[in-house]
Amino acid sequence: MARTKRGRTALAGYLFLLPNLLGFLAFTLIPVVVSLGLSFFEWDLFSPPKFVGFHNFSTLVHDHDFWRYAFNTVFLMLTIPVNILGSLFLAMVMNQKLRGIVVFRTMYFLPTIVMGVGTYLLWRWIYNPDYGLINAIITHWLPRWLNDGISRFGVEWPPQWLSSVTWAKPALMFMTFWTVVGGYNMILFLAALQGVSPELYEAADIDGANRWQKFWAITWPLVSPTTFFVFTMSLIGGLQGGFDQAYVMTHGGPAGATTTISYYIYNHAFAWNHMGYAAAMAWVLFTAVFAATMLNWRFGGRVVHY
Amino acid sequence: MLLPFLWMFSTSVKPAGEVFKSVDSPLKALVPGDVQWRNYGKVYGATQGMGGGFARWYLNSVLVAVVVTLGQLMTSACAAYAFSRLQFPGRDKLFLGYLGTMMIPGAVTMIPNFILMRKITDWLTVAAPFVNWDAPRVIYLFGHTYDVGRLVGLDSYFALIVPVMFSAYGTFMLRQFFMSIPRDLEEAATIDGCGLFRIFTTIILPLSKPALATLGIFTFLGNWQSFYWPLIMLTQDSMKTLPLGLLSFMGLYSTQWTLLMAGSMMMILPMIVVFVIGQKWFISGIQMGALKG
Repeated sequence: MARTKRGRTALAGYLFLLPNLLGFLAFTLIPVVVSLGLSFFEWDLFSPPKFVGFHNFSTLVHDHDFWRYAFNTVFLMLTIPVNILGSLFLAMVMNQKLRGIVVFRTMYFLPTIVMGVGTYLLWRWIYNPDYGLINAIITHWLPRWLNDGISRFGVEWPPQWLSSVTWAKPALMFMTFWTVVGGYNMILFLAALQGVSPELYEAADIDGANRWQKFWAITWPLVSPTTFFVFTMSLIGGLQGGFDQAYVMTHGGPAGATTTISYYIYNHAFAWNHMGYAAAMAWVLFTAVFAATMLNWRFGGRVVHY
Repeated sequence: MLLPFLWMFSTSVKPAGEVFKSVDSPLKALVPGDVQWRNYGKVYGATQGMGGGFARWYLNSVLVAVVVTLGQLMTSACAAYAFSRLQFPGRDKLFLGYLGTMMIPGAVTMIPNFILMRKITDWLTVAAPFVNWDAPRVIYLFGHTYDVGRLVGLDSYFALIVPVMFSAYGTFMLRQFFMSIPRDLEEAATIDGCGLFRIFTTIILPLSKPALATLGIFTFLGNWQSFYWPLIMLTQDSMKTLPLGLLSFMGLYSTQWTLLMAGSMMMILPMIVVFVIGQKWFISGIQMGALKG
């Protein structure tokens, strides 16, 4: 009796799982294996695929563009610590029991929600060198001596932003900061802060600790699991990022200044039909993501207080 | 924080020439001298020749986002029930497999999936030559003809919907939630002779409304903005979803910033509405997904 019941439960288990499992196999698991296989071939979708062994990978090692775009990807990720600290700061401000805080929370979250082609278009317009909002602010609101001073140093000022090799990356980074600072990370920090018992701060007050000391001794260690989590997620996201904005705002330019690895993969796969080479690159990216995550767990785990 | 949105809105209602006038203060650039709601109508009119334009892109986006959301909720909830409540051989290994794939970059699976959709019509033509798999279909409604794309493959609703209907993340999140539901109710129901399916539909699902709502909102909004996959699946204007439609619009009207901003406004407004309505669930959902993981 017990045996048949267990058998029936198992059968039901498989049946409940079936639709999802089929989709998972068809569109995730099998494609992962196929793309690994594909990375050992040369294929333009039309002529028959040609087995080339490790050729794609060795080409990749000597592909200067690839390394340049890898550098761009990492460069754009330099905002991650700034974004995270910004989110933590915002969360600490929000954590005070002020009236109307929900309104602020919604407002700060808005860019994360609507991020996409619509906001990329918006930022293209904001960064328009002649009629955009940013340069209007720079020319009219910054004091003259400052503007003159900056251009005297040989810096391009006011910047041409997205069409400038120097300023395109900072422009995208600032946009990213605006997009994510009040987003998921801030909500997670807020939850973490709400879990910190107020008695700790009261005890610190009695000991005469100032704000800065309280932050380093109480807040920072107690939110460290969250910091660790959001850092890991940002790292994973950052390594694969940059495609949408490059496609909509800059086409990877000027002169490749905003091309990231994901945009380069897109070009090889879907613009130039280099399926094998693109698959090889995608697998290298996967390896990098995996390695970054593992390193992060290995070394980051030490400074986290649970 | 809101300044960019303000700028977007004010540009979207300005007369076409006004955005190119120089101003002596950014504040003046932020306030439209003359409000022209007409711009929104113009966007609609200007795109109509592009396979139906904004109206059609709206319809496509709503259709795809709604079906994908419902599909993901159903498949994820069933799988999550199996993972959290039913014992079967290999269960935990499978679940680990699901978790493991969440780290795989989209580019890895995107390439074979693209090839599948690119080639599937050829393969089906060999397997079942009595159906014309390659022909784009049309339907007749109220005296008009509407393109509805191929049955499968590139430029089909199938390609936009089916491959994204299964979510490891959704399964994971719902499983975590189902684990937190006490089992007493189910045990009582079993004694009363309830089958597993009845337990699932009458106990688990109703108790999980907040989690389902959260996942639903996440999925809907994510899909509304989805860009990469539709980009490689679509060539026909009439099959495009909003982000892609907006992009082709940008290609044709690249300097008409008033119209472009009106188009962007039209794209993000529904998201703002969905977010404001669902934001309570949204916030708790983010915390649930991360903290219990």
